[in-house]
Amino acid sequence: MTRTLWDSTIGKKTVMAVSGLIMLLYLFAHMFANLKIFFGPEEINRYAHWLRTLGEPFLHYEWTLWLVRVVLVAAVVAHATSAYQLSRRDIRARPTSYVHKRRGATFATRTMRWGGVILGLFIVWHILDLTTGTVHPGGYEHLRPYQNVIDTFSTWYGNVIYLVAVTALGFHVRHGLWSAAQTLGVGTATRDRVLKPLATGLALVLTAGFVSVPVAVMTGLVS
Amino acid sequence: MKLTLRVWRQKNAAADGAMSTYEVDGISRDMSFLEMLDTLNEELIVKGEDPVAFDHDCREGICGACSLVINGDAHGPERTTTCQLHMRSFEDGDTIDIEPWRASAFPVVKDLVVDRSAFDRIIQSGGYISAPTGSAPEAHAAPVPKPDADSAFEHAECIGCGACVAACPNGSAMLFTSAKVNHLNVLPQGAPERETRVLDMVAQMDEEGFGGCTLTGECATACPKGIPLPSISAMNKEWLRATRKVGR
Repeated sequence: MTRTLWDSTIGKKTVMAVSGLIMLLYLFAHMFANLKIFFGPEEINRYAHWLRTLGEPFLHYEWTLWLVRVVLVAAVVAHATSAYQLSRRDIRARPTSYVHKRRGATFATRTMRWGGVILGLFIVWHILDLTTGTVHPGGYEHLRPYQNVIDTFSTWYGNVIYLVAVTALGFHVRHGLWSAAQTLGVGTATRDRVLKPLATGLALVLTAGFVSVPVAVMTGLVS
Repeated sequence: MKLTLRVWRQKNAAADGAMSTYEVDGISRDMSFLEMLDTLNEELIVKGEDPVAFDHDCREGICGACSLVINGDAHGPERTTTCQLHMRSFEDGDTIDIEPWRASAFPVVKDLVVDRSAFDRIIQSGGYISAPTGSAPEAHAAPVPKPDADSAFEHAECIGCGACVAACPNGSAMLFTSAKVNHLNVLPQGAPERETRVLDMVAQMDEEGFGGCTLTGECATACPKGIPLPSISAMNKEWLRATRKVGR
């Protein structure tokens, strides 16, 4: 059964859909947690500490966090691998392009592949910046996300990278969420009338939530 | 009408092809697109040149033999087959680009003719029911709920022309395969092979080198018979169900 799944185009799409939904679920939790920055340093820094004690005393300090990280890395790897293999196949299936070009699908649909690459690169930078602090501008302080976030969004490139990535995310989710529903066999003519606006709406909420943080730092609302 | 045609010319499967330009005059607005090409070919034959090869058969929009990507659109600007497309859809003095279906699973045979036998092999792998042939069974022997009959009929409209593959940026045959799978899978007559049908047909579709589905929706827009995009989702559901059930 595992072989059937991985060897089939529909199976690989299923892997993409499920891993995408796992990441999307995480992103919503991440976005809501980010909004704590509007309630001051005390609130969000305490939350960062709570995340590490989550599951205690059953789980050791930071175990829950690492569990989430392992699942997320697995989801990213599965998503990217299936996307790469399917894309290679798609390009091989249309070796000669038409002489007469025409504007095809929506912007979100056409930018899925490059948008995905942008998001992959962003994740690397984002972790090096705000998790490990390797490329963090100014002194990185462990368990003080409020101060760290202000450092990042006080640089021009921090804002540019973040806003480009979050916009790419919005478009990616818009087409990806609807596509995942189709791949998992949820789509019907009636349901699609709800699914499409739902995907667009959720993508907008997600993007707006993430964008609000750098905008707040830039305008001095959070300082 | 006077038209400039830019047509893909290719001697055979192995040769390199290129677009060639032709002028045609005296085209009536009431001619079909294929009659316009017939006019061009008559002129080419008189001049001693090789006529443009293109597929056609019934010229009634029901056999699925005609193809042609016209100005980048499979079957041209109207939602119908090329044989049912009329020259009134164009303006006098227009330049029209005519190309064959493009997909590695549909190799060019000559000029605008492509080999679509990959579709036949997908049908052979599961597009049938195992029922005794002979005299017609009693019509009420197998009751079919009206919505199921409607759905089966909607999918049965597919004429296998391949416009979905031609329009898809991935050269994917998902809409064709889903039309064939759903047509039989919703009916009681198709029930005995419900699982093997979808698994075998999808496996054959992948085997032929068609691309995967990225839900661009180009296929359903190009389909002259209006096979709807959610048909693909319905096939995915059938495929996932069959994979769970058969466990192979």
